[in-house]
Amino acid sequence: MTILEFEKPLYEIEEKIKELKEISESSGMDVSNQIETFEKQAQEYKKELYANLTPAQRLQIARHSDRPTFLDYVKLMTTDFIELHGDREGTDDRAIIGGIAKIDGQSVVIIGTQKGKNTKENLIYNFGMPQPQGYRKALRLFYHANKFNLPIVTLIDTPGAYPGMKAEETAQGTAIAVNLREMAKLNVPIIAVITGEGCSGGALGLAVADRVYMLEHSYYTVISPEGCASILWRDASKADIAAEALKITSEDLLKLDIIDGIIKEPLGGAHCDYEMMSNELKSTIMSAIKKLKKISPDKLREQRYNKFRKMGVFCQ
Amino acid sequence: MTVKDWFEQRKEMQIARRDQDPQIDDSIGKLWVKCYSCNAQLLRKEVEENLEVCPKCGYHFRINARTRINQLFDENTFEELFDNITTADPLDFTDTEPYKKRIAQAKAKTNMTEAVIVGVGKIEGHSVSAAVMDFDFMGGSMGSVVGEKVTLAMEEALKRKIPMLVVTASGGARMQESILSLMQMAKTSCAVAKLNEAGLLYITVLTEPTFGGVTASFATLGDIIIAEQDARIGFAGRRVIEQTIRQSLPADFQTANYLMKYGQIDMISSRADLKSTIAKLLDLHKCEEN
Repeated sequence: MTILEFEKPLYEIEEKIKELKEISESSGMDVSNQIETFEKQAQEYKKELYANLTPAQRLQIARHSDRPTFLDYVKLMTTDFIELHGDREGTDDRAIIGGIAKIDGQSVVIIGTQKGKNTKENLIYNFGMPQPQGYRKALRLFYHANKFNLPIVTLIDTPGAYPGMKAEETAQGTAIAVNLREMAKLNVPIIAVITGEGCSGGALGLAVADRVYMLEHSYYTVISPEGCASILWRDASKADIAAEALKITSEDLLKLDIIDGIIKEPLGGAHCDYEMMSNELKSTIMSAIKKLKKISPDKLREQRYNKFRKMGVFCQ
Repeated sequence: MTVKDWFEQRKEMQIARRDQDPQIDDSIGKLWVKCYSCNAQLLRKEVEENLEVCPKCGYHFRINARTRINQLFDENTFEELFDNITTADPLDFTDTEPYKKRIAQAKAKTNMTEAVIVGVGKIEGHSVSAAVMDFDFMGGSMGSVVGEKVTLAMEEALKRKIPMLVVTASGGARMQESILSLMQMAKTSCAVAKLNEAGLLYITVLTEPTFGGVTASFATLGDIIIAEQDARIGFAGRRVIEQTIRQSLPADFQTANYLMKYGQIDMISSRADLKSTIAKLLDLHKCEEN
């Protein structure tokens, strides 16, 4: 597992404890008391470390190469997943994957951005950066859900929509805009979860939902801290300061009334315990679906409109 | 420096100049301006009378929201609405300058309250609700106020059952309001959904420049999308794309002509024809009145 820079002291302590255990075993010396104390101290240090992370440190957890991906969650959280490929117009973008599955017996259309865990996978999934065709595939699946009255679940982890020549030629902006508008018209419950990176329009294009949640260490922002720093500070190395200023953490967004809740991550981040993470995710999604299913389609659309209608802060 | 370098440098400077705000060349007095495209020295008054279009080469200078409104609406018919809505600083944002200071500077520079003017007016006798953006106010960026005023203008169209017109000019979402700016994309697009459901005509005019979060929301959702001649329109900026794909892009990339070639817009209009084109569209879609 990749150890992040700020985790190194913790890692060293854990290594020392391991060493101590080995020594005591091989020498037969009983130091179990000391080991226990050290372990307790290490655990406390760990708790404190992860409770006091800076936005820039949490960004590293959100971008961790071992972080569970969309397909990990599909595997752990759903049954009977059947992937539905393609935009029906010539492309099957791999950065957005979607299909039908069951969560606790409830059929849903589940769509998400997919990242790889290594270079080879990332080349397949384009580092989780969708092309316009990915958003159009998602739209087709939204309509499918609408037609068959299936709730929609979207899991979002993207550094943004892909900024490429072909993406512009095939109307990246329009593809996202159309999703924003069409999601407002859907008659079925929509639940969106930012599971890692929720960067800009590329994330929002799947997130005009009745309920929007964030995993504890994920982030959601109008622009990446690096992009913001290079534009406003004219210096990409000021990304840490930008991350602070942009208010991108789950707690910030809950305070700003942009999201409906935070889904707790295992100590150390989602990658430390896939099973626990997907259980948490699943129970949040299911309890939201249960509540939203009771609301009539008209009321649901109205509530969704009002939810986004009231966002924004200004003087009057 | 070789001769080749010198030409290279000169070319770069010319391109850079095109990205700057139109400026009066003080060295030759306020009566004259220089065209960024053909470099012709032009009489300020002549350019003004020609709708801020170069009389020599036809290059369309960027214009502010008030000038645009004067050019598009029948005289004395435009009634500004919701100008009481002004910028807050919800995140207490400071980059190299505090956001509050940037806003104060933009207000002083443009004599505007924010980057959009909204209201209702008549175009060749047809009533429309309109939102006209102003690039001079913080790059026409969309924060809470722009999103709110555009949405209110659309709701005004719904209330009065009249068509909606948006003229865009924006670098995208306003970073200083972070996630709140992003959410304006959702808010305005949801309002477009309401216009669709009510069957009201929505026309967008994309002008130089229209990018980022504005392109990825209400700008490209028009039932009819018109690009003004010489406008550059896109989602990601040219430089970002060049850095990502590590190759240089065609010279006409993201121009109105380029978008037309790729089927993203309905038409390109010169500034001179814009008003009559919009009026004709409004007339063609008129069915019940009479």
